[in-house]
Amino acid sequence: MNRATIDLWVGVFVTVALGAILFLALKVANLATLQTVPSYRLEARFDNIGGLKLRAPVKAAGVVVGRVERFRLDAKTYEAVVTMKIDNGFHFTKDTIGSILTSGLLGEVYIGLDSGGDTAMLADGGEIAKTQSAVVIEKLIGQFLFDKAGSTGSVK
Amino acid sequence: MPANTLVFGLRRVGAGAIKVISRLGFAARFFVAVLLHTPSALRRIQLTLREIYFSGVLSLVIILVSGLFVGMVLGLQGYDSLNKYGAGDSLGIFVGLALVRELGPVVAGLLFASRAGSAITAEIGLMKTTEQLVAMEMMAVDPLARIVAPRFWGGVISMPLLAALFSVLGIFGAYLVGVSLIGMDSGAFWGNMRAGIDFWPDVTNGIIKSIVFGVAVSLIAVFEGYDAQPTAEGVSSATTRTVVGSSLAILALDFVLTVFMFRGTGVV
Repeated sequence: MNRATIDLWVGVFVTVALGAILFLALKVANLATLQTVPSYRLEARFDNIGGLKLRAPVKAAGVVVGRVERFRLDAKTYEAVVTMKIDNGFHFTKDTIGSILTSGLLGEVYIGLDSGGDTAMLADGGEIAKTQSAVVIEKLIGQFLFDKAGSTGSVK
Repeated sequence: MPANTLVFGLRRVGAGAIKVISRLGFAARFFVAVLLHTPSALRRIQLTLREIYFSGVLSLVIILVSGLFVGMVLGLQGYDSLNKYGAGDSLGIFVGLALVRELGPVVAGLLFASRAGSAITAEIGLMKTTEQLVAMEMMAVDPLARIVAPRFWGGVISMPLLAALFSVLGIFGAYLVGVSLIGMDSGAFWGNMRAGIDFWPDVTNGIIKSIVFGVAVSLIAVFEGYDAQPTAEGVSSATTRTVVGSSLAILALDFVLTVFMFRGTGVV
């Protein structure tokens, strides 16, 4: 095996393998998350964030406009403070409602943003005032059973 | 005498422990020596390119064929299980994550250890047996720089590339089974995969793993060859030790790395 042939084969091998890594990056994974899309931050306070995860999508009308960056518990009010990174191209009105939603019955948990009619827009670091917490199924069932028991009791 | 047997037995245990520890120490010093000889090996890059040819290019066939078949089996088995819960469309993300995070680096590493690692050990061991290494030293050629370092770096460079190719072929195999054979929607296959797999950290974690496995397998292979008893039997047992040792090292390292990579994500 002479030197030129070995060089050729190693060159082909390395090129094809680097192509494979590129394929993994672009076609298999979404490299878009690595690109630093210019973005700004919004905050929102929720009574309960349910199963929200870091990097969960933030959607407006079903379109992903940002991601959950971090969340923490406010030690005074016992509310969850969620910080979201929103892409610079999207702006939301001051009376936007943020709600924690689930796609489907078992799907991922995301934050939905519904803009209102206000003309003023939320700036970087702004807070979404109106929020709707996650629906906790156990609480919902408990409430339903409680109501049911109360109504049957009053009929008798 | 029972007391004598006890002393004899303890002596055996002690000798075994000392042997294991001194071999570990020797391997660590050997690793440092290989790293110190790296610049002189890189200066003659042709030697390393030759080793990339022998460990990387010649391993391509087994890696590519195994990747394709692993992917096709994953596609069939995964679709069967996922479809029971009506989640057959998630086949892409299941296969992609399994290959990129785990199976690509681990299975490619195991194949690499048995295909290339054993060859490196046998080659260096036989050079030692036929006193070629001693002859080199006599000619003032350092065998660490001329023989060991190029083989080590050839393995370290080849391993991540082979693992990436394994993952890609596996995904292609799953695509063949899922889309062409079962008839699921090709858009759902790729779309779910891209939505569920991130370059950082999923793909990069797989690449980090394959680099670590490459270092482990190559080091074990060159060390066992260099440390082999210079007899036919010694070379054969060194080759066996390379395959067993690097396979166990890959699986153990994989667990440790996975635990570290899952830290802070809520799983561990």
